[in-house]
Amino acid sequence: MSDPRSHEALIDQLGTELVPVRRLLPPWLRTAGWLLAVVAIAVVLLMHYGADPMLRRWAGTPDLGWAGMGAVITAITAAWAAFALGVPGQRAAWAWLPLPGALLWIGASGMGCLRTWIAPGTHIASMHQSADCLVFIISFSIPLSALLIVLLRRACPLRPVLTAVMIGLASAAASASLLEICHAYDAAATDLLTHALAVAVVVGVNAAMGGRLLSKA
Amino acid sequence: MSQTLTATGFMGLDSGLSRGMSLVRTVPVESAAASISETPDQRRAAWMAAAQAGDRRAYEKLLADSVALIRAAARRQGVAQDHLDDVVQETLITVHRVRHTYDPTRSYDAWLTAIANRRAIDALRSRGRRDSRELHDEFALDSHPDTDDASAATESGQRAQRLREAIAELPPGQREAVEQLGLRERSLSEAAEITGRNTGALKVNLHRALKALRERFHGES
Repeated sequence: MSDPRSHEALIDQLGTELVPVRRLLPPWLRTAGWLLAVVAIAVVLLMHYGADPMLRRWAGTPDLGWAGMGAVITAITAAWAAFALGVPGQRAAWAWLPLPGALLWIGASGMGCLRTWIAPGTHIASMHQSADCLVFIISFSIPLSALLIVLLRRACPLRPVLTAVMIGLASAAASASLLEICHAYDAAATDLLTHALAVAVVVGVNAAMGGRLLSKA
Repeated sequence: MSQTLTATGFMGLDSGLSRGMSLVRTVPVESAAASISETPDQRRAAWMAAAQAGDRRAYEKLLADSVALIRAAARRQGVAQDHLDDVVQETLITVHRVRHTYDPTRSYDAWLTAIANRRAIDALRSRGRRDSRELHDEFALDSHPDTDDASAATESGQRAQRLREAIAELPPGQREAVEQLGLRERSLSEAAEITGRNTGALKVNLHRALKALRERFHGES
């Protein structure tokens, strides 16, 4: 049965605790805030490595350029989806938003393996060199994921695990995009596999831990 | 009258924070005070916008208005009649905690229902966990019946032990309220000073703790 008295007491109590709050910024603006951090890292890497080697690679092998573009789109859309999922009442369908970017990213990377010529200024990575990519993607994903989790803890992700998957995807895609700047290896099955493994690790760890971190919020 | 106040309070207090979108929203809210075409959802959205700016009257009206919506959402999720009030309380507390996430350009009802659904699912899950634990206890009791003629003292000792265990399993806020107000018989103000919580929160916590304990021991005595 309804217990109106205890609800009244609680409502009265919450009323006394009411203070004005700063409304959450819209998801696109919060996404832009996070992307600023990614851009800042990109600027530092570009200053160090220069844009020329990257542009030369892309001119010679457009598939690498498309894959990079796909990773950038995935990072933006996955972050946007994560911020949208942080607002109660938003549809779970937001989680599909990164799909087109991810398809471009995966598709173009896969196409790269079918090429018979080698991208300018690169070589096929050995297993050992491929491991560098793994380390790069994972180590850049950690701070980027942490930043997203901190930002999302201020929101209210009612689907914490799905949101955490988006966080993982966004930070892994952003790290892979950053890697494009200094990636001296051409697309090859081993390299692609390492990238896929790194992304899977980042998404998996986020889903396992991020969900718990977010649901505490 | 109250809605006019609401709209003005919102514009005044929130103007520093709101962007174009929020300001656009205040126009229909203001004119809606006089209009009868405003839907209940729009009315609640305006109240929440005012509550975000600190309007207590709008907030209390909004929460009172929300109770029925929360109950309906919880019932749709399959929460039993006796537990609807728990979901209502949990949802109201969550609404209070995350009220900054509401965007007045969107539906308040959808926002609230999403939170209520979540809390309803949480309630069903914790219910399921507790039920499965109690089933184990019964099983243990059946398979190892106490053949000794236990004295009354042992029995009451066991009962006290079980009560202590049940209290220990309460959420921290509720446990604190029971310990300070119930077991140590402190006054509300003393308990508030010790725990650093306000008296209202202690009262609510004690009420919910007693309810949870009653439910747990219901039928055992």
